[in-house]
Amino acid sequence: MQTVYLSLVLAPLFGAIIAGLFGRQIGRSAAHWVTIIGVAISFLLSLAVFKHHVIDGAPAYNATVYTWMVIDGIRLEVGFLVDSLTVMMITVVTFVSLMVHIYTIGYMHDDPGYQRFFSYISLFTFSMLMLVMSNNFLQLFFGWEAVGVVSYLLIGFWFKRPTAIYANMKAFLVNRVGDFGFLLGIAAVLMYFNSLDYQDVFHAAPLFANAKMQIIPGVEWSVMTVTCILLFIGAMGKSAQVPLHVWLPDSMEGPTPISALIHAATMVTAGIFMVSRMSPLFELSTTALSFVLVIGSITALFMGFLGIIQNDIKRVVAYSTLSQLGYMTVALGVSAYSAAVFHLMTHAFFKALLFLGAGSVIIGMHHEQDMRKMGGLRKYMPITWFTSLLGSLALIGFPGFSGFYSKDSIIEAVHASHIPGSGFAYFAVIVGVFVTAFYSFRMYFLVFHGEERFHHHDDAHGHGHDAHHDDDHGHGHHGGTPHESPWVVTVPLILLAIPSVIIGGKTIAPMLFGDFFQGVIHVAPEHDTLHHLASEFHSALGMAFHGLLTLPFWLAMAGVGSAYYIYMKRPDIAEKTRAKFAPVYRLLDRKYGFDDFNQAVFADGSVVAGKALWKYGDAGLIDGVVVNGSAKTIGWLAGVVRHVQSGYLYHYAFAMIIGLLGLLTWIVVR
Amino acid sequence: MTFVPPDLMPALPEIFVATMACLVLVIDVYLPEARRTTTLWLSIATLLFAALLTLATAPEARVPGFHGHFVRDAMGDVLKIGVYLSMAAALLYSRDYLRNRTLFKGEYYVLALFAVLGMMVMISAASFLTVYLGLELLSLSLYALVAFDREDGRCSESAMKYFVLGALASGMLLYGISMMYGATGSLNLASVAQAIAGKGDKTLVLIFGTAFLVVGLAFKLGAVPFHMWLPDVYQGAPTSVTMIVASAPKLAAFALTMRILVEGVAPLGADWQQMLMVLAALSIAAGNVIAIAQTNIKRLLAYSTISHVGFILLGFVAGTAEGYAASMFYALTYVLMTVGSFGLLILCGRAGVEIENISDLKGLNDRSPWLAFMMLVLMMSTAGIPFLVGFYAKFAVLQAVVAQGFVGLAIFAVILSVIGAFYYLRVVKVMYFDKAEDDTTLSVSADAQVLMGANGLAVMLLGVYPSGLMALCSAAIH
Repeated sequence: MQTVYLSLVLAPLFGAIIAGLFGRQIGRSAAHWVTIIGVAISFLLSLAVFKHHVIDGAPAYNATVYTWMVIDGIRLEVGFLVDSLTVMMITVVTFVSLMVHIYTIGYMHDDPGYQRFFSYISLFTFSMLMLVMSNNFLQLFFGWEAVGVVSYLLIGFWFKRPTAIYANMKAFLVNRVGDFGFLLGIAAVLMYFNSLDYQDVFHAAPLFANAKMQIIPGVEWSVMTVTCILLFIGAMGKSAQVPLHVWLPDSMEGPTPISALIHAATMVTAGIFMVSRMSPLFELSTTALSFVLVIGSITALFMGFLGIIQNDIKRVVAYSTLSQLGYMTVALGVSAYSAAVFHLMTHAFFKALLFLGAGSVIIGMHHEQDMRKMGGLRKYMPITWFTSLLGSLALIGFPGFSGFYSKDSIIEAVHASHIPGSGFAYFAVIVGVFVTAFYSFRMYFLVFHGEERFHHHDDAHGHGHDAHHDDDHGHGHHGGTPHESPWVVTVPLILLAIPSVIIGGKTIAPMLFGDFFQGVIHVAPEHDTLHHLASEFHSALGMAFHGLLTLPFWLAMAGVGSAYYIYMKRPDIAEKTRAKFAPVYRLLDRKYGFDDFNQAVFADGSVVAGKALWKYGDAGLIDGVVVNGSAKTIGWLAGVVRHVQSGYLYHYAFAMIIGLLGLLTWIVVR
Repeated sequence: MTFVPPDLMPALPEIFVATMACLVLVIDVYLPEARRTTTLWLSIATLLFAALLTLATAPEARVPGFHGHFVRDAMGDVLKIGVYLSMAAALLYSRDYLRNRTLFKGEYYVLALFAVLGMMVMISAASFLTVYLGLELLSLSLYALVAFDREDGRCSESAMKYFVLGALASGMLLYGISMMYGATGSLNLASVAQAIAGKGDKTLVLIFGTAFLVVGLAFKLGAVPFHMWLPDVYQGAPTSVTMIVASAPKLAAFALTMRILVEGVAPLGADWQQMLMVLAALSIAAGNVIAIAQTNIKRLLAYSTISHVGFILLGFVAGTAEGYAASMFYALTYVLMTVGSFGLLILCGRAGVEIENISDLKGLNDRSPWLAFMMLVLMMSTAGIPFLVGFYAKFAVLQAVVAQGFVGLAIFAVILSVIGAFYYLRVVKVMYFDKAEDDTTLSVSADAQVLMGANGLAVMLLGVYPSGLMALCSAAIH
């Protein structure tokens, strides 16, 4: 099996290298073929691995492939841990990645960086697989950073646009903050467990349940709490939790396919995956779980609000992603790890679908992203319309759709939890349902229904952040009638729509209430919120029917209804509300002031501090005194001493005699 | 009195080189001027075959010979192979150089082979007698080589200086030997060690004798304040001879230090370690600081040698097997880098144009990017920049020193190395960032190119995988 795992990981890397280094030589179509074949191999192999482990019931595989070095007993290795969690992740990652690869052929059709793009997304797939298949913290960190780098490269893919460069710089910096915590967490693990291997660490973890540490003298902290919170800070950066969420909306500067792949379906869920993987550690600290829970609920609720006022189609989906990541984090907080991972999976499908749908709309609208200039697209883009409707229904958790099962389980799990913060979390996820339904269908109605607003805005087209693309894109007739996208775009939409609808119902029984995650995810008995649900669960169908009678369903319907009423029937209400609640609107428009705060305090503050350090510390002290000062002294000294070397033989002989005399004197005197 | 013939087998490589040196001398006499290359190839073949012979006859354990005057052991074999290879490389590098300067004569190669023989005897010496025999054979050959370009006044001047100062140093060494002989009644190094250990208390004559021995060794190595000959000889001698003086003899000097101090007067370790510590610190300081003021690249490399000698001595200061192994590693890699650096200077010069000043390397990158890159690697390695062998060599020595508690000394050495990095990097800067005054492209013969490549590659590879050579050195010392 090791060969299979290795090929699974390396196939995309191979494609990335070929397309990246030889892209110019092999041409455009060869570049997309080689990367698509690489990812397709990965996908097929992951299906084989799925069959091997899940259907045939093979035990988890855990082995080292390569030992890099051994330092003081600590082994730095590359190894694979393949169990049901890994199998699920690799299947989802390779499937979504394959869909995105195919979709990219259509979306990036006219882009001059075609080969580079394919190389990057294949490299991303490799990195993500390394991350999820790791059996140790070091490789996890490698994958973690590698996906970060690719994400950085892709956000700034159109590197001639200042906004893209700003966005990728921001993503990079914010992620550094998270990674700093993550690295400290790994260091704490290494310090206390003296190993980086998952198995060793998880095995030894219960021994440290009550261990204390002192960082500030006199203040004792629990080792597990500190370690888990540090690790979770890493997850907050990658999975965009408040207050480290600020990079994700801006990451929409990247091309839409990667928004779907990296910033919705896979990379941003790495934090969720990591915490689930670390469940044996997190279970030992209720404090850490509460922290996770509160951060998750804040993200779930407040980021949803922001989705309501966005006009850029991609940004609506981006805020929805933030909010859904908040839901997953909430599930982690209440120890419903399997629910979090379950939502991760369903979300990957329907959010990738929504993003690709949004991308398809953008292609159809000739790279227009403002929803106020759309409307009535249903009859021009039937496939995109229908798949987007399915995706939206899955997102709001309409009974029977994938999102329903995962989101409802999370809500129920929160309801059953009693750890500190669960009351607020329950409120947040319940209100979140209404908000989600409202902004999702606001977008849906604005884009696909109502009057066609694009004819009136013909002349306004080529401006804004898409100016780059209009120049070289081949349609030529701006502002013409929208059209359905080519098959390379619509086929992935259809293929993603299928799991968005059915996969939840098909898999909820084994994943949440069965033994799918047996031995992978550990839940302490006092935290076991899903156990309570299991007793009420009978069948997926039953759950769907029961869902029609619950509060979340009615809240979702209320959200859809109000969106329909406000944006289809009485558009003036939206305007009036905005005018009436101007302070609230301003607050939302400024995204609660996070960006302004960061800009004012961290960005400008660093510049000021940097300037001061440069002027007084670097130029004055280091350059002036230490470097130039000592260099001058040495130069002077060298100039003086050099004259000792006079060239006269008797001087030289004299020096030798003096040296000998010195030695002898010293012997006698000492 | 019966004559017991000595066992000649341990000295087979020496006997072979001696025979071949005489043969080359005779053959060369009958060669027409146009076939002079034969002498070169014959000499190189002699050296390479001697390497094979040394490998093939390497004994398992220490083998004494010539009634205890001679010894064959692993350390000697490793160093001898280092000597053969560096000398062979030096001869190959300098072929075109000599030809362009009408120095391409048979005597050059004969003298080089006799110098090799002298070094071999030094390396394998087990008594003061053989020590002195080898040392004089080497020195006399080198004096003649330095004066090889008779027409050039500077050549003769530097040879004269070298000769007089060398005689002085030999005198001091001999004086030290006589004191040792007087105090212990033996010339054999092992017996000297036993006699000193048996005496119990240290008499002043022993310590004075040690001081004179140290002075003799320090002169050969070129440690401050017995270094004065070095810059003048480096500058005055033809570059190809400088390469010979700067490289292999340091290995012999290292071996000499091992034989005399570590094997011979080992019981006085505490005394000579302190003396060497002073010499090491002075060498590192003076070498690195004075180098900064140099404009002549050969003088610059001379001061660089002095600072490296300081590092080699540091390993002796540590006084442990690890320290000696680190010193040996340092000496071997120093020779590798030195042969490369001088080889480059030789290859960069052409008929009538010699690389004398650092400014002559201006814009080397435009004239021959490959040579410039090799010089970059060699300079970085000499400066001790990580992932090149020079870094590891310094690191190993410092590690041994720190292990013995000389932290202050190690910090001192590191700070001065940082200062030293300046002048190596200046060479790099001149090569890459300054404009060439004469921008004709350089052409280098294919064999020299291959050798240069191998040299640079060895510096890089040993930097990444130093453990093999280090293990060899440790095994040879133990």
